[in-house]
Amino acid sequence: MNEIGAFEKLIASGEFAVTAELSPPDSADPEEVYSRARVFDGYVDAINATDGSGANCHMSSVAVCALLERRGYTTIMQISCRDRNRLAIQGDVLGAAALGISNVLCLSGDGVQAGDHANAKPVFDLDCMSLITTLRTMRDESRFLSGRAITVPPRVFIGAAANPFMPPFDYRVERLEKKISAGARFVQTQYCFDIPRLRQYMSEVCERGLHEECAILVGVGPLNSARAARWMRKNVPGVHVPDEIIERLENAERPRLEGRRLCMELIQQIREIDGVAGVHVMAYRQEEAIAEIIDASGVLAGRSPWNPARRREASLQRASS
Amino acid sequence: MYRVRRWSVRHARFFERLYAMFEGVLVHLDPLLSTIGYARLERPVAAVERTIKGFIFDCRMCGHCVLSSTGMSCPMNCPKNIRNGPCGGVRADGGCEVLPDMRCVWVDAWEGSQRMRGGEAIRDVQVSIDNRLQGRSSWLREVRGKAHQRRKMQEVVT
Repeated sequence: MNEIGAFEKLIASGEFAVTAELSPPDSADPEEVYSRARVFDGYVDAINATDGSGANCHMSSVAVCALLERRGYTTIMQISCRDRNRLAIQGDVLGAAALGISNVLCLSGDGVQAGDHANAKPVFDLDCMSLITTLRTMRDESRFLSGRAITVPPRVFIGAAANPFMPPFDYRVERLEKKISAGARFVQTQYCFDIPRLRQYMSEVCERGLHEECAILVGVGPLNSARAARWMRKNVPGVHVPDEIIERLENAERPRLEGRRLCMELIQQIREIDGVAGVHVMAYRQEEAIAEIIDASGVLAGRSPWNPARRREASLQRASS
Repeated sequence: MYRVRRWSVRHARFFERLYAMFEGVLVHLDPLLSTIGYARLERPVAAVERTIKGFIFDCRMCGHCVLSSTGMSCPMNCPKNIRNGPCGGVRADGGCEVLPDMRCVWVDAWEGSQRMRGGEAIRDVQVSIDNRLQGRSSWLREVRGKAHQRRKMQEVVT
């Protein structure tokens, strides 16, 4: 429990990292979690489990991560401040660490108005920044926010979100710097469809040397059609889809394929940008496309991330020798 | 009131100066305030503070006023109560993710901070708030803290 996790090690090694988002099921069946994870086998370094994303109710991120860790997957547990106060969150983090979860992504969370329980009470006792400082206090000072001692602190790799694609643009790098000074050591960004904007952001990041303190994983994902792109632009908060992208999908003969090709190209372009440590693939309802996209983009450069089949092969070999 | 609140952000520098003066006077009055008793002053001062700051800034009386660090835009008006900068959901036109007709309080805060002399304070990490202070006067808390600090400094000097 007190060792550095696989994801943190990978980031430290400087390899180009690939993470993917898993949307937790609306079900109590663990098999549904495993079947959703299986499509990533051998292609991603860590799996993010969302915490009530879009303010919709699903299986909890701590449970999804615990199930996956049991099978050997590396997970990133997302924590949103929307649904739990500081008591609940700190308790969950201790429990998560005990269950083998070593990566946490700190989020403020979408407003309840966006989701299926618009009548719920929004908590927001902490915000993403004070959540980061809270986890750092628990990990580095072995105490709760109240000051009470923790006997074995949670060894967590702390991450945060970033969105370089929405205003106020000149404040976005400042805000990243603030998250780093609070204690974030990796960030995963919102969907990137605007490479020039990302380039500008990253050049500011590199100028300040922030990429050396914190790994920046850029969010990407395939778009299904021009209609889906428009819907996303209108309805998913914080996603910027430029007109050129929508036009390209509109003019494509097979938009679905074009969307995947576009995603692959974006990954390749992102990889060339100085200071970028990896990509974070979010392919809602197109999870099965992720392996193909990652493979075609060539970002793994011959590297083969952990997968359960490899573990089975290794144990079979051991058994036969 | 929304329009007054937006106007105040546009005049952040003026309010920064005004508050500095106001606080300076109160810190000097600390001996008097102590004689009356801060506890006794709490309710009337909080009522005045609520009225004035409520009108000018749409203040929510969180009891941890950070207006000087947020370009005179009150972060408690953010539907997510984010006290450390804009979330990722800000709309392309600068509108709030949750309340599209409202401008993001942090887009305003950033602009306000650019107008202030001490605008750099927007970079400070704000820690979690003490919910017990909800409804209590930030003015008295600040003044009391600063007066206490000043006394300590004087003791060191003498």
